[in-house]
Amino acid sequence: MTELVLRIALTAPAALVATGLYGALSQQSVVMIMMGLELVVNGLILGAGAFWWAGGAPVVASVLIVVLVTVMAVEMAMGFAVALAIYRARQVDLTDDAEELAG
Amino acid sequence: MIALVSALGAVAVVTGLLVFTADSMARATFLLLGSFVAVAVVLIGFGLGYLGTVVILMMTIEMMIMVVFMVMLMMNPAGLMPMTMVHNRRGSWAIALVVFGLLTAGVWLVPFPVRAGAATGGVTSGPAAGPDATVALGDALMGGQMLTMMTLGLALLATIVGTVAVAVSRREGRAERRGIS
Amino acid sequence: MLPVAAVLALAVVPLGDRAPVDLDVGVVWFNAMEVVAWFVVWVAGWGPNAATSVAGGYRVLPLGLAYEIPHMLAIITPAIAAGSLSPGAIAAAQHDLWYAVWMPAAFLLYLLSVAAMAFWGPFAAPLGRDLAGGAAAEHAGLDRLLLLAGRWMLLTAAAAMAVPLFLGGGAPPPITGPDPLPGLPALWFAVKLVVVLGLLLVLRRAVPMLRMARFATLAWVVLVPLAVAQALVVTLVVLA
Repeated sequence: MTELVLRIALTAPAALVATGLYGALSQQSVVMIMMGLELVVNGLILGAGAFWWAGGAPVVASVLIVVLVTVMAVEMAMGFAVALAIYRARQVDLTDDAEELAG
Repeated sequence: MIALVSALGAVAVVTGLLVFTADSMARATFLLLGSFVAVAVVLIGFGLGYLGTVVILMMTIEMMIMVVFMVMLMMNPAGLMPMTMVHNRRGSWAIALVVFGLLTAGVWLVPFPVRAGAATGGVTSGPAAGPDATVALGDALMGGQMLTMMTLGLALLATIVGTVAVAVSRREGRAERRGIS
Repeated sequence: MLPVAAVLALAVVPLGDRAPVDLDVGVVWFNAMEVVAWFVVWVAGWGPNAATSVAGGYRVLPLGLAYEIPHMLAIITPAIAAGSLSPGAIAAAQHDLWYAVWMPAAFLLYLLSVAAMAFWGPFAAPLGRDLAGGAAAEHAGLDRLLLLAGRWMLLTAAAAMAVPLFLGGGAPPPITGPDPLPGLPALWFAVKLVVVLGLLLVLRRAVPMLRMARFATLAWVVLVPLAVAQALVVTLVVLA
């Protein structure tokens, strides 16, 4: 029973990670790429929660969730800062136009 | 528990997929929020009440901030034109499907060690009777996992400094910034 | 949507001596539901696809980002002092002394953020008259009723949260000695709620509508350090 719930609860993260990966690889807009990365981290949060539940509440799993939430915040902040800087310099927000970051 | 996890897991995945098919940035952002909230509700169902609530709180704020940038940077915020901004769609799909297949195969084939007592205990595995999950987390962060906590703190500080340094325009003078206040 | 958020937020507030839903992380839940209100206002402004209403919807974001940090610090200060995130336990911990008395800065910050989270009074810019009604400009009939009623409900729910957090919940004031009205915690709760709402009305009378940029500067330069100092003092007292 526990095992089945765990397997289901880990399949959803697998799908979320794959979806996020597709988004991050295929989208051109910086904002949409960040949404893809967020989906990946979202899946990881769900996976960590599932292991927490099935593994007898190891505290490491909940610490991992804290780390992941922080990673998300850091990624958002830095991502938008860089996007803003590129946009200020070049007026672009598509990755294909920003292949060369020098200057 | 099975019903809850399957239903909300499906909601999270479907809204996640719709993020990349929606033709409006506003809709994409809020579908992403829906995905996060589904995951957070599963966490609360697992017994991680504090972390689930914090995920809802943080993600709502984060999506609201994302909305600002979306309208600032996107050429097509309102979905007036169909939005297809993809490159290498086929390759991306292939990679994503392969990853999904590998992960799922791993999930269903690896034998998970079942905690003693959980198998006989029936439906409710979850947190063993013990200290409150929130208290346990706080204890760990301020005790055994102090190094993690300090690293996170430093990372956040570095992010604050780095973000401000990158985002503030060089042309924008101090006087100009004082002008709005 | 807005009434739903208000009801969900109110669900964890102990009316009288017990909450409708006694979550052990009630304070955090309350905070999360109140952020849902930002989302609602933004969507209400975005939905009609009109210039003034979307500008009103956008004003919620600087307002929210400005008030949220002092607000969070203000609501965790009583939680630190009580050692619990459950509003019921926080109210019970104020048996001897109301938190409003020994953490006045947090109480005042909370009152300010109550007005801000209902985008009301000095913080009514998202629905401002200079935008012809802002986020509510294009709504009519039932939609408008829900939006405006939800705003009042949010204000009341947030004011109700102040009672368990800072004013001792359903217990009578400590100065009256033995309880003159035993067994009626809901009555004491109602009296305190009316007092808090009265304070908010005074605030609306006394302070003109603020510009968001001005309020953001005030919040980050003055209110955040104040809230941090208050939380620090409380923590030191608790640890000592």
